[in-house]
Amino acid sequence: MMSTGNNELLSVKNLQVVYTSDGVPIHAVNGVTFSLEKGKTLGLVGETGAGKTSIAKAILGVLPEFSTKSCAGEICFQGTDLLSLKERQMAEMRGRDIAMIFQDPMTALNPVMTVGDQIAEGIRIHNKVGKKKAREMAEAMLEMVGIPAGRYKDYPHQFSGGMKQRVVIAIALSCRPTLLLADEPTTALDVTIQAQVLEMIVKLRDEMGMSMIMITHDLGVVAEVCDYVAVVYAGEVVEYGTLSEIYHNPAHPYTQGLFGALPDISVETERLHSIQGMPPDPSHLPEGCKFAPRCPHATDACRSGEVGLENCGGTHTCRCLRAKEEG
Amino acid sequence: MIRYIGKRLLQMIPVVVCVAILIFTIMYFVPGDPAEIILGVTATTQEKEAVRESLGLNQPYVVRLADFLRDTFLRFDLGTSYIDGTSVLKNIMARLPYTLIISVGSMAFAMVVGIILGTIAALNQNGIADRLCMILALIGVSMPGFWLALMLVIWLALQHNILPSYGAGSIKHFIMPWIAAALPELARLARQARSSMLEVIHSDFVTTAKAKGVKKWNVVFKHELPNAMIPIITTIGAGLAHGMGGALVIESVFSIPGLGLYITNSINNRDYPAVQGTIVFFSIVFSVIMLLVDLAYAAVDPRIKAAFSGSAQKRKKVKAAVSEEKENGGER
Repeated sequence: MMSTGNNELLSVKNLQVVYTSDGVPIHAVNGVTFSLEKGKTLGLVGETGAGKTSIAKAILGVLPEFSTKSCAGEICFQGTDLLSLKERQMAEMRGRDIAMIFQDPMTALNPVMTVGDQIAEGIRIHNKVGKKKAREMAEAMLEMVGIPAGRYKDYPHQFSGGMKQRVVIAIALSCRPTLLLADEPTTALDVTIQAQVLEMIVKLRDEMGMSMIMITHDLGVVAEVCDYVAVVYAGEVVEYGTLSEIYHNPAHPYTQGLFGALPDISVETERLHSIQGMPPDPSHLPEGCKFAPRCPHATDACRSGEVGLENCGGTHTCRCLRAKEEG
Repeated sequence: MIRYIGKRLLQMIPVVVCVAILIFTIMYFVPGDPAEIILGVTATTQEKEAVRESLGLNQPYVVRLADFLRDTFLRFDLGTSYIDGTSVLKNIMARLPYTLIISVGSMAFAMVVGIILGTIAALNQNGIADRLCMILALIGVSMPGFWLALMLVIWLALQHNILPSYGAGSIKHFIMPWIAAALPELARLARQARSSMLEVIHSDFVTTAKAKGVKKWNVVFKHELPNAMIPIITTIGAGLAHGMGGALVIESVFSIPGLGLYITNSINNRDYPAVQGTIVFFSIVFSVIMLLVDLAYAAVDPRIKAAFSGSAQKRKKVKAAVSEEKENGGER
């Protein structure tokens, strides 16, 4: 249907997600556009509440039913517009073609179902296999994420946080999806476990040849696993580029601020740097550049008109009026 | 688990004994003379004395209480009726099936319809179906059972002559009592099911299930309902207990010879042994229902099951630790 020709796997165009809370519209995602090639990993970076998770949930079609007012735009996956699919067709793709690792392993598992059955459930749906075969496959998945198959019949409350996250990963990978959405897979974990889990995700991604969208606010994680980076602010992509473009030459003041907030171990400092102010209230977004109220370089021009994404060389794009003059 | 059940059964004993002492004491101090009840108002003083002597009614309170407890709990004899001299226990057993048919039948009906209504309401939160279900539930909760029973009799029995208005001969006789007894419980259950389903629907694990590609109704039945069951089971347990009490009213309205009618008649006739015996029997039934409710919790939630069977193991561990400490202390 889409005549992309190249090996583009996913392309998101002008995605808009609006929630409603007591009748007040909340603009969580405001015209996000990006694309992802086969076998590549895109990092979605941004603060809490920037709309990263909403983007992922929109791709998978699991936005909360009651509070979502609208989800518009175009999400093209392997040539199919996901937003135009019927719920039944979308359900068939979920888990099989696109899978998601959730942020909080403590709440992402059904507390009254054995972990093994939770893994086997997806396998049975998509692989059309019997109970016994599904169990064998689920046990293999458990082993793959480093949990003894003997714990198939255990319940989530018998597992630690790190092990629960491994189960969540096993569920996501059980049908070998083409695209994996990893929503802050290490945020809720102990620092000592974070590295282990991340390594495992990367290893399995490479083994299965999956494409991945890694959602995180940890720039260290992005540097380790991503090929491309999209910086998200107030529901917009403010900067997009390859890993090295973004890391060596951040163009947007927000991105610069994010890197500025990283502590430097070679310099002794009393306090860590931070970006002044708070992200805008998504129910009352400012006109013009959404970052202007916090931006040290903002002018009147920034506050009046919409600011578009400008190319700054290569694949690097940036949503800032003053990026070029800054150099 | 078996240990836990055993423990709970043992814990029932003091509860039931307390109920027995309480009901005996109340009946003892209630004004009225059993001898007069037995013999009628025309009896002479000597005749009454003789009856008191033979039944031991002239003994002091403590002696009579001890006799009552011994008969009840050691000989499993609930005494004989003052009115017709029949065994209270036999009477209870003969009437129990009717009460069970009404309370269990109405509860099953309330459970199925209530949970379905509540689930539909929750799945259509703030929609038309939700509003309709909740209006129905509100009407059900606020309608007294006896009033509904009388309305049903007028409508279905008197005006349309579809169902018999009283008695317990066939299944037809039970339809109206079932509806009358079920409706308030059904409404309560629907409201409870709705609110606990709403809580579960917004949980993260439901999103996980959807993300696996589980179809909508499988998400409801496999993930949402099992997690919403705990508060629903509590309501069912309370409903069963209610149902036993509600039988008093329903059985009176429909003249069904169950325990409710038995205890109402016994109270009216001042048939003290029958009242005492039935109350003690009810207390045992309630305790068993509460135990079943707790076991149902364990059946739906592995965390609760672990807590039940784990407490014994934990205590063992603590004991071992304590005794180890003692040994160490002794050595020092």
